[in-house]
This record gives sequence, C-alpha cells and structure tokens, in this order.
Amino acid sequence: MNYLIRTEKLSKIYPNGTFANKSVDFQVAEGEIHGLVGENGAGKTTLMKMLYGEEQPSAGRIFIDEKPVAIASEFEAINAGIGMVHQHFMLVPSLSAAENLVLGKEPKRRRSRTFDMQEAVRITEELSAKYNLPVFARARVADLSVSMRQKLEILKALYRGARILILDEPTAVLTPQETEELFAELKALRQQGKTIIFISHKLKEIFNLCDRVTVMRDGRLIATHPVAEVDIHQISNEMVGREVHFEVSRPPLKAGKPALVVRDISFVDDFGIPKLKHVSFTLRHNEILGVVGVDGNGQTELVEILTGTEKPLAGSALANGREITGRSPGYIRRCGLAHIAEDRITVGTALPATISQNLLADRYWRPQFCTSAGFLKMPAMAAETSRLVRDYDIRCSSPSQPVASLSGGNMQKVVVAREFTAEASILVISQPTRGVDIGAIEYIHARIMDMRSAGKAILLVSSDLQEVMALSDSLIVMHEGEIVAYFPDASAVTDRELGLYMLGIKRQSDEALRKVLHEHD
Amino acid sequence: MNTIRRFFTDRDSLAPILVTVFAGLFSLLAGIVLIFIVSKNPVQSVRNFLLAPFLRSYNFYYLLIVMVPITFTGLALCIIYQLRYMSLIVDASFYTGAVVATAVGTQLALPPGLHPAVAMLAAGIVGGIIGLLPAVLKIKWRANELVSSLMLNYVFYFFGSFIILYFLRDRSQTILSSLPFKASFRLPRLVENTQLHAGFIIAAVFVVLVSIFLFRTRWGYEIRLTGANQKFANYAGLPVASIILYAHFISGFLGGVGGAVEMAGLYRAFIWQMNPSYAWDGVIVAMLARKNPKFVPISALFFAYLRVGADFMSRRGDVAFEFITLLQGLIILILASDRIVNYFKERRLKRQVLSKTGAEAGAEASPGAGAAQGGAR
Repeated sequence: MNYLIRTEKLSKIYPNGTFANKSVDFQVAEGEIHGLVGENGAGKTTLMKMLYGEEQPSAGRIFIDEKPVAIASEFEAINAGIGMVHQHFMLVPSLSAAENLVLGKEPKRRRSRTFDMQEAVRITEELSAKYNLPVFARARVADLSVSMRQKLEILKALYRGARILILDEPTAVLTPQETEELFAELKALRQQGKTIIFISHKLKEIFNLCDRVTVMRDGRLIATHPVAEVDIHQISNEMVGREVHFEVSRPPLKAGKPALVVRDISFVDDFGIPKLKHVSFTLRHNEILGVVGVDGNGQTELVEILTGTEKPLAGSALANGREITGRSPGYIRRCGLAHIAEDRITVGTALPATISQNLLADRYWRPQFCTSAGFLKMPAMAAETSRLVRDYDIRCSSPSQPVASLSGGNMQKVVVAREFTAEASILVISQPTRGVDIGAIEYIHARIMDMRSAGKAILLVSSDLQEVMALSDSLIVMHEGEIVAYFPDASAVTDRELGLYMLGIKRQSDEALRKVLHEHD
Repeated sequence: MNTIRRFFTDRDSLAPILVTVFAGLFSLLAGIVLIFIVSKNPVQSVRNFLLAPFLRSYNFYYLLIVMVPITFTGLALCIIYQLRYMSLIVDASFYTGAVVATAVGTQLALPPGLHPAVAMLAAGIVGGIIGLLPAVLKIKWRANELVSSLMLNYVFYFFGSFIILYFLRDRSQTILSSLPFKASFRLPRLVENTQLHAGFIIAAVFVVLVSIFLFRTRWGYEIRLTGANQKFANYAGLPVASIILYAHFISGFLGGVGGAVEMAGLYRAFIWQMNPSYAWDGVIVAMLARKNPKFVPISALFFAYLRVGADFMSRRGDVAFEFITLLQGLIILILASDRIVNYFKERRLKRQVLSKTGAEAGAEASPGAGAAQGGAR
C-alpha cells in the first residue's frame, strides 16, 4: 500500500537526553483523518514537529508520496504540502485576519508592488467560503474568538497549499459546541481530499472523528487500527500500556482521622473554561484516596490548588486544620503537606542543580542544617544526602552530580526521597511512575504503601488506571471538573465500571457522593 | 591526586572550563594577528602589548589598580547570573555609589578610617536600593530586567551628574569637578610613590565574603537553587520573590561599594566627565569566572592585563587603544556560544543512547542513517 506520508525508524533524542521518539514507523493514507493518541510525553508532539521541520530527527527517514524527503525547516514542510495548527496559535494579534492569512505570501498590486489589502480580503473570503470555515476577514485577530482564530490557522495552512493538515490538540481550547462545529468542518475538508492528522488524548473525540488511529506510548508507536475495528478499552489499554496488574502487599488498615478537608473548590482557567466545579472530599490518615479520570478533567488543577501554585475561584481546603487555599507552597509545606509533582523535569527537580541540592531543597533551612546566623552545616547536609541516596537506592556516581545526568527512574527516586522524608502527614502524589522503568515503579509503589502504614494521608493522582486501582483504598472519579463517583472500597470496582464514569456516561447520585465527605464517621 | 583525575575525567564540567581558557587564548592570539595587520612595527607593538606590566613598574601597579573596580562589578554580576537574571543595573549602582561617596567625602568631617567606611556603607545601601528597582519592576509587572536596567542606568547617570553639578561642584575649577575630598576620606596607599591603594585589599576581602555568602550560607543556597529552576524553587517552598529581591540588593550593594572605593582610593575629587561603565567590563569578568566569585580575581587579572597592554601599546605605537574592544567582543562571542560546548555534549549523548538501544532501533537506523542525513544537509 502507498502512503501519502510515512516515516521509517524515525528517532529523536533531545539535547537533555530525553529519548522522545524510538524508531517510529508512522503511516498516513491520503484522504483520511488519522488520530494520534497517547499520554502526555508519549512523543506525539515530537513526531509531528519532525514532520513539520521544527525538529530534526536523530535517525530515520521521512517519505512523502513514497519519496524520501529531508524537512529542514517549517518553510520546506509548507512547500512539501504540510500545514500545522499549533496548540498555541501562531498569529499576529494586531493584524487583521486577512493580513495574517496571507503573511509571507502576500498579494501585491501589479504596478506599485505594494501590499494589496483588497485582494487579501478577497482571498480570505473566497477560501473561507470554499472550505466552509467562517472568519471575519477585516477584524483584528486580537478581537476574534479562540475558535475563529483556530479556523484562521487552518485556512492559513490551506492558503499555502497544504495537503496534509496537522492539528495539535485542537479541542483543548474549545467548548463542546465549538468542538462539534470543528469536527463537521474537518469532515468536510476530508471530502475535499485533504488529509488530516489529529492529535488528542481524548479518546471519545478520536472515535467521533477519525478513520484510523495510531497509539503512542513512551516514544514508541504501539499500533495503528481502523477505528471501526477497535473499542475504547483496547485503545486505552494500549495507551496506558501494561495489562499487568501490580502486586502490592496491602496490610489491612482502618482509615484514621481526617487530615485534608476539601470543600466546594471551583476553578476557571485563563480561557474562561471552568476546570473544577464544587469539588469536595475528605482525605483521612492511613488512607490512599485515588483520583481517577481521563487526563485534562481537572486533576492537574486540583493538585495545583492544593499545593499552592494556583488560587481557586472559591472553596476551602484545610490541611491539619489550617486553611491552605491561596497560600504559598512554602506555607502549605509547613502545614505538613508534601507533594510529588506530576512533571519532574520542569517542576519536581532543578535539573542543573546537584542531587544534594535537590534532596535538601525543602529543609536546608532547618536548625539541623543551618545555624541561626545562616551558615550551612555542610557535614550535616552531606550526611543527610548520603543517607537519602542510600535509603532510596538512588544510583549515581556522586551526590554532587547534576540531577539532569540521572535516568528518569532515578530522578523520580530523588523526588520521592525528598517528599517522603519531608516530615509531612499529608502526601499529594501526582503521576508517581510516569516515564519510569519497571524496577523503579515497583520500588516506588512499595514506598507508597510504607507511607500508608506509617499513618500518612495520601491523595494519589495518576493517569495509569491500573496503578491507581492497585494502590488505592478508595477512589474518586473526575469528569469535566466534577467528582462523578466515589468508591469507598477500591477493590470492589472493575476498570470497565470506572471507564463508564470516566467518560461521563454514568454518574452517581448526590447522596452517594456525599459519603466522600465522611461527615458522620 | 584523586580530585585532579576526577576533574579531568568528568568531561561535562571540564568542557566549559576549556572553552573559557580557549576564549582567553584565542582572543589574545587574534589580538596578535590584528596587530601584525595594522601596525608598522608589529614586533615592537606585540612586545608592548604582551609584556607591558613587566616592562615598567608603573604598568604593573596600574594593572592592580584596574583590577579593583572590575572585581566589584564582576562579583555583583556573579550574583545576578547565579540567579539567572540579566539585570545590568550595577552600572547605575556603581556610578551613584561614587556620587554618594563624593557627598560623604566632601560634606562630612570624620576621622580617617571611619570616613571612607561610612562612605562605602552609604554608597552600598544606595547602590543596593537602586539594584532593587529592575527586580521590583520584573516581579510586579514582568518588565524585562535587562531593558529596564539599561534604561535606568541613563536615569541614574544623569541624576548623579545633576547632583555633582548643582550641589557638590567646585566652582573655582574650569573643568567639571566636585569639591576636593577631605584628607580623612582618602584610602591609604599600599606602596609608596604608586597609586596602589587599600581598595585592592578591600576588593580581595569582598571576593572571600561573596564566595562564602554564595556557597556557605542559606541565602546563597537559595539564590543558586532559584537560579537553577525558579519553578522548582517555588514548588519546594522557597520564598522566591524575596530571594530575587535580596539578591539584587546585594548585587547593587557591591556595585555601590565599588564606586565608593574607586573614589576614595584613586581620586582627589569627583572628576568623571562621563560614565566609566565598569559594569560592562564586569559582565566579561563574571562570564570568564563562570559566575563563581572565587574565579573573579583571575578573570579580572586577565582582563586588566589586556587593558594595560593595549593602553601601553597604544601610547608607544600606532595601534589604537580601542582595539581592546574587539578582543572583548571576541571573548564574549565565544563564551556566549553555548553551542560549542553543547555540540560535543550532544554528539556524545546521542551516540550513547543510540548504542544502548541499538538492538531495538535497528542496526541501520543508528549511526549510519544519522550520518547520511547529516551529510546531506
């Protein structure tokens, strides 16, 4: 079979050592809408950046119409007929829609060779009508709605002669109604012979829109299926990966007193889209409460609010009896809440800093390590560092090497070592094993169970469903910023059942949901 | 022995040092080539350029004197660069520090020793407050600190000139000059019949103090951690905003003290007709020192050596003094090209990762295909 665009053993290694694409054979047929799914960091965006010339492959080849091509820049990608609509729009806000559309390929007046605005507007309106993508040609981009800017981006690519359109998570910024509209427009484009690559991690959208779907995980291409031949469960299994059920030893424990009391938290993001709606729950000692949901349903925002990097619109959260919403991360840590951040590269560690600095970043100021005059006690710091390196089995040649030089698993162990020894009674754990090798996963899971036995109250957020189900005592399910289900006993629920709640097909009664407040215990 | 071996086997930390040394040597070499191109008597000029400090004792002491102000600005910028900020406000701190010192040195009557000390303290505090401004603008309104500091440098330069002109000017002089400093204000000479003053010792003390501050106190620790990753610092509970503020204050403080030391050490009155802009030299000094205060004296020495050599050569021959700016430009160009270091790092990394996963990536996918593609471009 001939493909319009095809990659052969395409690999990408970033300068920081991230192996983002591993020998990917990706194939797109002419005239199809091809879905590309995978969790954050699975390598979708990197693959597309290589196709669009923004990144250069470390190894492997790209074929268009079965001819090998080297796409050295965006400019060459456009010439090869590839257009990309980025997640963050590449438009000039102060110029009109028509000016943005023709930018770089402007119509000129015949005599004076100056820019012909009339012609630009005419081109815009003509294209807009032809592809049925309505935009206001004369309006400034700054005044256009997000959805109209997106349409303009698509038209811009088409104006440059794109045969292949790459859309990077286009629905992330759209409301459900706008999403439906976009899907209708994309289907119309398909009828006109365009090929579309649609990146998303929302499986529902893939099934509504695409002809075929490719799943990526950990930089590898896992499988490509015609959408008609698979179901959502198979895709989600392939996305998450392991069918294996984790074996963890779980000593029976009764949940203790409330540690973290969350009431009516609401949050609206920068686009004005509500991300959290009246989220309430109570987390108790000796308990692991798992938060389940498809990525992007408010879990990240909830964690950000509880750990002090975001302020909620409304609501309260009491950690050990003290109000923590709207307070600084430092204050919240002093209230006894430690946090494993979901992104260890940009937030959870300081890559250029040493292992020692990363391990002691939350405690260097304690009297144990610092005199009252402010001088550091270097021997005590060195001793604590080597204790943590030993206790948490961090494989390194020296504690003074930069964290950037560690593998993903060892980097995560640095984070775990710091947060689990932080003298906190509440642990908020996000994606504890994302991008971590199997050995480190087992190790981290065992440590989480140790923390439970030690009486900590643990909120566990992970997009790895198997992981949450194996570790948690009880579960809450989030969908579109709301808690839609509470299961007091995690072992009594199946993943199929959870899936129905995760996709918003089912929802528990308000009465059942009130149980998560534990008000009458 | 062991440390030396580790030093030379750990290629990651060795590479930047090599690049730094290379930048210095390359600029020297380029300078020599340049002299051969422009000079009618190149051998004599090169000799004057390279051996200036050893040809006349005046030049030797001059070299040490030149080191003093750029050591202060270099230290100040080390702190800013450790924080990964780009503020150049230390220029204004230094200049205004000199003006404040002039006010103290001409208006107050204090015993010797105490007099310059009071001047340095006052200049330091004013310099520190000035240093805060770009940081405040950045935190409050996200104004780019590089741009705002460059603009503020003009504001403070003209404000300082205004103070000298209207309040401290010696009207008996035909050129612009402040009133003469009180004798008690002047720093003692270290060597008779030279200009080498006690400011050299003060600068050395500050090198030690700043080194201790950055690497042995909690505040230095906080600055380095915030510079390594500001998001991480916030997440780990560090008071990021106040760290940024006090780092900028201390940096400005060092600049202010530097200005005061320069006044009390070298001059009889404030006679700068224009801004000497030692901050720009400080940029190169801090970069050459790889933002580590303990290397600042070495890089300041190298820099002063270039300066004195160029100065001596230009007065004895036909090569203009401005030729030194060319060398400075070269040094910055090489140091700023991170890519030189990164190129080798990346290549090594790529080879490692590909060979590790060579089996699954397929034999022809790893080095062969990559090389072929690299060749095609």
